[in-house]
Formats: sequence, structure tokens, C-alpha cells
Amino acid sequence: MKNAYRMRIPVVALAVLATLYGCERERRDFGPTPSGATAIKSMRMSDLFPGGSDKTPAVDNRYDDNAYALAEGKRLFHWYNCTGCHGEGGGGSGPALMDNVWIYGSESENVFATIVQGRPNGMPAFGGRIPEKEVWQLVAYVRSMSGLVSSQAAPNRDDAMQAKKPESEVERQRPVDVSTPRP
Amino acid sequence: MIEALHNVQAPGGVQAQAVYHLWLLLLAVCTIVFVAVMAALALALRRARRAGAETRPRVELLERREPAVVRAVVIGVAVSAALLLGLLGASVYTSRTLAGMPLTDALHIELTAHQWWWEARYDDPAPSRIFLTANELHVPVGRPVLLTLRASDVIHSFWVPSLTGKKDLIPGREAMVTFRADHAGVYRGQCAEFCGYQHAKMALFVFADEPEAWQHWAEGQLAPAAAPRTALEARGRELFETGTCAMCHAVTGTLAGGRHAPDLTHVASRATLAAGAMPNDVAARTAWILDPQAIKPGVNMPATRLAPEDAAAITAFLGSLQ
Repeated sequence: MKNAYRMRIPVVALAVLATLYGCERERRDFGPTPSGATAIKSMRMSDLFPGGSDKTPAVDNRYDDNAYALAEGKRLFHWYNCTGCHGEGGGGSGPALMDNVWIYGSESENVFATIVQGRPNGMPAFGGRIPEKEVWQLVAYVRSMSGLVSSQAAPNRDDAMQAKKPESEVERQRPVDVSTPRP
Repeated sequence: MIEALHNVQAPGGVQAQAVYHLWLLLLAVCTIVFVAVMAALALALRRARRAGAETRPRVELLERREPAVVRAVVIGVAVSAALLLGLLGASVYTSRTLAGMPLTDALHIELTAHQWWWEARYDDPAPSRIFLTANELHVPVGRPVLLTLRASDVIHSFWVPSLTGKKDLIPGREAMVTFRADHAGVYRGQCAEFCGYQHAKMALFVFADEPEAWQHWAEGQLAPAAAPRTALEARGRELFETGTCAMCHAVTGTLAGGRHAPDLTHVASRATLAAGAMPNDVAARTAWILDPQAIKPGVNMPATRLAPEDAAAITAFLGSLQ
């Protein structure tokens, strides 16, 4: 009996912790925009690097496990007409985003730079056109299409008719960098 | 800000009048019924037998027939049913009055609710005479108005208490509402269905103008944006076209053609900013552009980092859009 009583504290603590996890997922960040400058500086375009391996730390996009930011990214993906070339992620005149092939890198900082700087053969530069915070939300959403963000936070339905598997059910894919020489 | 009528008891049109009359009838009947029920209760309490500690329960009373009580219950049920049927009749009559308003020569406006603002599209058989505005309707006095209601994201509800009753706007479904403003004035409307963080700051103002004044306003709305008169306004326009603003906002006659946010072609002619959240003056405009999240947290418009002179230029440009 006394033993069962003693078990209560850890059980309650676990329940509280589980709730706190939910807080982070649901946090709505209306604050100032994060700076994207670090992302551009630490970005790596290829595995080829002079003088041994490259140790630049990857940028951690704090929106990767935030449901609100991912949903905002999804809204902006349509608002800013990304769908015009990339479709709903399956691609069109632009490359597909839901597969595991990444021409300019799959890390958050790579996707950020691709959106901000534009890329040859059609991708316009959105730097100065989209606020940095919204670019980060787009980055998180684009990566969610191939399961590279938390599946607990990724959108699980479309506002319009559902044409593909929801992002939250996409299996995590192993990114393949086409710019990296393969054996 | 602006003085506007927001009161069911001050009808500004024939339909609001009908709704108000129904409301008065319901209030009167309900008051009489409430007083009668309370009086009956008080009487029953007064006449009830008092029991002391020694009183023994009179079980034999349960066997006795009580014709007076049965009669009272039958009369009560009959009166309630008759009153309810009467109210149903009055309600149907009011609905028919609302639907029966002649719609010949009606002004057609398509009103779309967004989180958290109203988009109005004034329809016309000639496509060149269609124009857009936001958060404000101008209607001619005495002319019926037919509103087609749509919602783009979640359920909203259209409600201008002094002009007409509520109507829900449901995504994917088209609703319709008609009204007529019989007295010139400003009527305030409000989203009446909880629609998210800024539901409270989703107002709609209906300006009922004399027909000539309305015609003048409509012609003004049809015109493209005024050309910049000063260097500051020209700089503001350039910033507007090349920066983040044009991604969502449109200003007819410039390169800005975004269709996700309010059309700003004649933004300076409007009475309020951000769906009635604040007055439309230079200070409010600047504050809104720099950090809308401080005024309407959660709104889709992001904060914009601007040098003070750039903010002044954009504000001057927007101020020129009469």
C-alpha cells in the first residue's frame, strides 16, 4: 500500500512532462523574426571540402517540431505560389519536394539559402520579398514533405481536398545529395 | 474612432425593423409568462399546508381525486401550446417579411470573410466596373443590397445588428443575405462566430450614403491608385512594389498585385485599419506596418524591419491612396 503511494510522485511528474512536450509543439511564436545570416554563413553545398572534413555546425530550425509554424509554412507555400512550379510537392516545372533527392542540399540552411538566393533554371530569389521568419516556416514545411521534421508536429490534413498522404504520415526519407559524387 | 450604430433596438432598415418587432413580441410574451409562473409559484407556497414536528403524513390524500388541480394543469398546457404556436406563427411571418423584400435593382456585393478581415467585391454586369474593397461597405440609402457570403478559412458570421440578422459564413458553402438601409448613417457589424485569436477585432462598417454620394464613392473606388505627388510618396511606392508588401497586397495601377490581403488601392479613404482595430491615421499606419503582431497578435501580416525614413515613405504612399 505504501509502495503504491510512493509511485504517485513519478507518475505525476511524467504526466506533467508529457504536457510540457505538448506546449512546445503548440507554441505560437508571434515575436520578432530570427536572423538568417548565420544560416547563409554556415551553409555547406557539397561534401567536397579542402583539408579534410568540414565541421560547420548545422543550423537547428526551431520550427521543425512546432505545429503552428509548420501549418503557417504550408499556408505560405500556397500563398507565395510555390505550388505554381512545385505542385503540392510532387513537382511540375520545378523539381519534386516530396522525394529524397536534393539538388542544393537537404539541411535547413540549404533550403533557406535556396529560397532566399534563388537557383538556376527558374527558382526566383525571394530574399527581401519574404520576411526571414516566414522563410524559416517555409523551410520547415518543405522538409516535412519528405519526413525530415517531427511527424508529431507536421500537418495532418489539407484545407482543400486531400490529394496526397498528409505530411505527418510521410516516412522519414534518407536524403540523397545529387551534387555529391557517388561511388 | 468613428461613431457607428450597433444596436438591435435601433433598426436602420426595413428588415432590422421586422426583426426588432419580433424581438419585442417575444420579450412581451416571455415577460408575461415569467410573471404568471412566478405568481403561481408564490401563491402555491402561500397556500401550502404548514407541517409541525408532530404532524403525521396524510397518506389518504394520495387516493383523493383533485379535479381543480387537473383542470389547472390542462389549462396551463393549452395556454403554453397556444402561445408557442402563436410565436411560431409570428416567426414564420417575420421570415416571410425578410424574404419578401423586393430585390429589383439590388446592389450585389460578394463578401468574403478571412481571418480576420472582410473582403468586399462590388459586382457589376460590366466587368470593368467591378471593384474590391475591405472591411467597409458603402450602400445607397433605400436600395436593396444582396450579399453573397463566403468564408475562406474557418466559419465566420455576418452580423450588422441595426440592419439585419446573423448569417454564418461556412467555407465551401455560399450563403446569401439581403438588407436595405432606410436611413443614412454608419452601422457597425461584427463577426459573430468565434473564428480564432483576433475574432474580437473583426469589425465591418456599413456606410449608408445618399444615392448621389454613393455613386461618387463608387466612381472613386473604380479609379486606379493616385500617382505619387512627392518624392517621398514615389519612394514609398517603389518600396511597396519591391518589398514584402506586394507579396500579399494589391494596389491597382502599380506592380503590386497580391490577392491574399486587403486591396489597398484606396486605403486612405477608409475609416479604420485592420478591420476596425484602430483609426486610419499616420501614427496608427506606421505602428501597424512596423509590428502588426503587437496590435493584433496572430494576424497573417508579418512585422517588417524598416529604416525610419523608409517607414515614413511607405506611410506617405499609403496616405496618398485616397
